[in-house]
Amino acid sequence: MIETYNISKSYGEVKALDQISLQVGKGELFGLIGPDGAGKTTLFRILVSLLLPDKGTAKMGGFDVVKDFRKVRDLIGYMPGRFSLYSDLSVEENLKFFATVFGTTIEENYDLIRDIYSQIEPFKKRLAGRLSGGMKQKLALSCALIHKPEILVLDEPTTGVDAVSRKEFWEMLKNLQTKRITIIVSTPYMDEAGLCDRVALIQKGKFMALDTPLGIVNSFKYRLLAINASNRYRLLQDLREWNNTDSAFGFGQDFHVTFKNDRFEKEELFRYLSEKGHTDIRIEEIDPGIEDVFMKLMGTPDKPQKADL
Amino acid sequence: MSTKVIEVQNLVKRFGNFVANDHLNFDVYEGEIFGFLGANGAGKTTAIRILCGLSSPTSGHAMVAGFNVKNQPERVKKNIGYMSQKFSLYEDLTISENIRFYSGIYGISRADRIERERQLLRNLELEAERDKLISSLPLGWKQKLAFSIAIFHKPRIVFLDEPTGGVDPVTRRKFWELIYEAVHNGITVFVTTHYMDEAEYCDRVSIMTEGKIAALDTPAGLKQQFDTDTMDGVFLKIARPDK
Repeated sequence: MIETYNISKSYGEVKALDQISLQVGKGELFGLIGPDGAGKTTLFRILVSLLLPDKGTAKMGGFDVVKDFRKVRDLIGYMPGRFSLYSDLSVEENLKFFATVFGTTIEENYDLIRDIYSQIEPFKKRLAGRLSGGMKQKLALSCALIHKPEILVLDEPTTGVDAVSRKEFWEMLKNLQTKRITIIVSTPYMDEAGLCDRVALIQKGKFMALDTPLGIVNSFKYRLLAINASNRYRLLQDLREWNNTDSAFGFGQDFHVTFKNDRFEKEELFRYLSEKGHTDIRIEEIDPGIEDVFMKLMGTPDKPQKADL
Repeated sequence: MSTKVIEVQNLVKRFGNFVANDHLNFDVYEGEIFGFLGANGAGKTTAIRILCGLSSPTSGHAMVAGFNVKNQPERVKKNIGYMSQKFSLYEDLTISENIRFYSGIYGISRADRIERERQLLRNLELEAERDKLISSLPLGWKQKLAFSIAIFHKPRIVFLDEPTGGVDPVTRRKFWELIYEAVHNGITVFVTTHYMDEAEYCDRVSIMTEGKIAALDTPAGLKQQFDTDTMDGVFLKIARPDK
């Protein structure tokens, strides 16, 4: 349903997208995972025919996003990253507006949005600008769905939304998937990657990896230890100073540490930390998460690269 | 950890019939990282605005850095630092110009400014970039710089409102290392975040729902109290008790 071949896009000197190719099948939930500035929004704007690529081609539901842009627009529902509904229209007026623009009515497609819209329907007379973050997000999704699109393009729908509303939002997406809607969604939250069928990890306009969440995690071939001790501030300094440490970063209550050479005994590290005066040391072999993989792939930029400045 | 940097007693803020903050009670101690969590619309922003001297409480009492937010809001503002993802630095000024601007606002003497600026740039390894526009810096660097400038006037406490939204996972962690370093140097940190792993980095965490503080403890204490392994689990149980 979504196909791109070698899409590139530059803004002046900045390469926003560098030869991006991807295929998303019907009914698939595909995630684009990466930080701000990685190129997620640029790719989505090209897919929804709002921006022209410099090079490469893209098709949505078989239609070229440049030549057949009108057909593409009928086929897709797009939820941009910034809240882009009319703040001075009510909830109901916004939904009605989007239905009318696409030549349909709320009643005709109510079934598709029932689960989502019914949660905000009690507030349908309220101005959209006065809704809470989670409610705005539900309204925006309802508006993107009201013309029964075959493909949903959701640009960071969960950014700035609290952890609970984020969970609820993903449940809604899973539910839409059962209706054979193809979904491509971007997020800076690595923990959401596991909820997608397949994901691409994007950084600086390039895909660093493209696979199922399990495939991505399995591609991590290094030893990973979770380490904890009573003085976190000093522990991090000492871990970084150990001659076999490659990287050490905080993950919740622990530090995840990778090594230059994976062949060593855990006791060796334990001894080193004890000698440094640490107490309550806990060292555990763990399996990586998506975030571990992402960080390994992107390396550790200690200073802004000259190219960035 | 005995000196209180923030004291909040029965703090209430109403907007018409709506009670945004409903009798808040908590203290923040010198040198701690205090996580201020809650669902969207729970009343966090209202409370932060009051604690920063930008909004006056309807009733109740709050002292920040030794000053009363109701009677001495200007003194409060002078003695705190503030940074958020939305408001940080002026994009069309250079690093050095931003520092000069903030120094002017906080009344830092020229000699002090020059010395502290040199230190700051050395710490962040940005000496060569001091005359570059903020708009030309990568996002992660803007945020590190914004934090360093928010504590440039050596406040007793700094408020960080979702400081790490949208940045890559490595930069996000490096940012927290700066926070640790500041705490190590005696600054108290009051921080909001939607990343639950970051809640684990705090000494104590409060979680607001519907204008009230529903829980307040160390991350370990909260996990024990709510019988779950992660802060995510704690948050879920508090914010949606029916599930």
